Amino acid sequence: MTDVSTTRWKVETRTKASAAFALVAVLISLLAFAAPFLVSRSVLQDLFFILTMLVLAQNWNLLAGYAGLVSVGQQAFVGFGGYAMFALVSLGGLDPLAAVLLAGVASCLLAIPTAFFLFRLQGAYFAIGSWVIAEVARLALAQWKMLGGGTGTSLPREATRDMPALKLVGELFGVKSSGAGDILTYWLALLLAIATIGLVYRLLRSKQGLGLAAARDNQEAARSVGVDARRMKTLVYLAAAFGTGLAGALIYVQKARISPDAAFSVIDWTAYVIFIVVIGGIGTIEGPIVGIIVFFILQNLLADYGSWYLLILGLIGIAIMLLAPRGLWGLFAERTGIQLFPVRRRLTGGPVSSSKRGGARG
Amino acid sequence: MTWLDTIIQGVLLGGLYALFAAGLSLVFGIMRLVNLAHGDLIVLAAFLILVLVTALGLNPFVATLVAMPLMFAIGWALQFFLLNRTLGADILPPLLVTFGLSIVIQNGLLEGFTADSRRVSVGGLESASVALGPIHVGVMPVLTLASAIAVIIGLNQLFYRTSLGRAFRATSDDPVTAGLMGIRPKRIFATATGIALAVVTIAALYLGTRANFNPTIGPARLIYAFEAVIIGGLGSLWGTLFGGIVIGIAQTFGAAINPEWQILAGHLAFLVVLLVRPRGLFPRAVD
Repeated sequence: MTDVSTTRWKVETRTKASAAFALVAVLISLLAFAAPFLVSRSVLQDLFFILTMLVLAQNWNLLAGYAGLVSVGQQAFVGFGGYAMFALVSLGGLDPLAAVLLAGVASCLLAIPTAFFLFRLQGAYFAIGSWVIAEVARLALAQWKMLGGGTGTSLPREATRDMPALKLVGELFGVKSSGAGDILTYWLALLLAIATIGLVYRLLRSKQGLGLAAARDNQEAARSVGVDARRMKTLVYLAAAFGTGLAGALIYVQKARISPDAAFSVIDWTAYVIFIVVIGGIGTIEGPIVGIIVFFILQNLLADYGSWYLLILGLIGIAIMLLAPRGLWGLFAERTGIQLFPVRRRLTGGPVSSSKRGGARG
Repeated sequence: MTWLDTIIQGVLLGGLYALFAAGLSLVFGIMRLVNLAHGDLIVLAAFLILVLVTALGLNPFVATLVAMPLMFAIGWALQFFLLNRTLGADILPPLLVTFGLSIVIQNGLLEGFTADSRRVSVGGLESASVALGPIHVGVMPVLTLASAIAVIIGLNQLFYRTSLGRAFRATSDDPVTAGLMGIRPKRIFATATGIALAVVTIAALYLGTRANFNPTIGPARLIYAFEAVIIGGLGSLWGTLFGGIVIGIAQTFGAAINPEWQILAGHLAFLVVLLVRPRGLFPRAVD
């Protein structure tokens, strides 16, 4: 018998690149939290847009890239989250921050009955079914006359002005309430983005995440080793609804004006999000991050060209899907082997010295 | 008698939705491809008819006959050069590519024709009506339903009576074995999409003459078509017609109660069917 303590095997997902990146990520996050001290208000608004779109993209990627649930109806949860927040603030008199959190819960609750309907549909029919649900939500909320019906409504000014958190931020920076509002929503968006990426990464590294990937790659084989794919997919669907609803509520705190057509827009909340994920790389955490950067650059370059912008975005999306289905990040990772959020389990340690260890990297 | 009138209007509207759905059903039946750009292709065909009518001064029915082979060619090329490359075990590529296509067509049309509402005029025929006992029905809605029935009979004949139909069925069942028998699946798929777009052109004629249209209404037509297919049950064209009629009747009843509820009532009817009969009312295919 050899000494067990010196030949202990370990299952790891960490790589050298990911360990170095973890440090960089912490630095970037700290810098991002300090951004309100460093940059102007318009830059802050751009960053808010980038962060909220990133949250939507991560949630959609979790659904489509990991659970194999291609939804084109996530605008249902953006809109519902926004409307729930409006209802709680304007009709219930709640603090907008509490309302955002409750709106996320409300979106998650909405996802329970919709999952019941949608999980009866497979593949592509799931996609269009999710769209029908979003349309039903849009048409139903357009009937809610107290929240403006089809034309929509604005958030009562005093509700946002009297927020305790806002006063605190306003005193800290010595700015008026509108400026403080931008800072506060930016910080919340940043928190939400970091929490989303952190939770998605944690999920993917867990046993459940492994089961999810197995069910996506081969549902029958996964079931034969005891993975309850349906339960996992339902949980992912509910989690994505929660995250998307939170982001929707936060977006509409910042916009302070809501209407059914804008809140349930398939272009704004689903088409853009799909293009972000596809261009960056579906099925990776890095993909949506790369995608949002490319998307933001394209939007600024092509903003003046109206519908040409969407047309070009559509063509790029089609080209990427056909020529590089793993997206820009997939191309990069294939060539370099670098993964910033590795989820593949590797066996390390043991009697073989690490330099002789075989197997694929990352 | 108003409720009887409502039902008849709903049945006639259902004919239009069945026409929207027939092409979608055909393509799905043969290659398991759901084309998210289907609604936008209907709108594209409507603009093609509009251009032929306004630029060449053609009668809309003649213009449709001219547009059909053009749309067939577009469908053939679309399938052969683009969509065939997305087919496979993975459902992501066809969904995302056709979704991208939907956005491209919509914004291409916006760029070419602006967001203005258009309408194809059929020279007074749109206001003509015939008496059906105590009920008066429009000539165009009756023609729409008649065309839907004719298209379904035609497609069923094509499927079960011709060698092309046999090739369709063989490729649908097993493309590899069909290939061994001298069938080229890629060409069969291209022909199927071509036929689907020829049917789409007929749907576009009635879409364009019935009411105003603009480049952004495609996705809603896709949803109605999809609901008709699911209510009817996958793989059954007569089921699709029935599904279209269910949506049509639900919408006219919804509109009779409150005009704002028209579309919502159609969606709710779909959800109710999904609740009680998840595989549709007349399921045939096992998917």
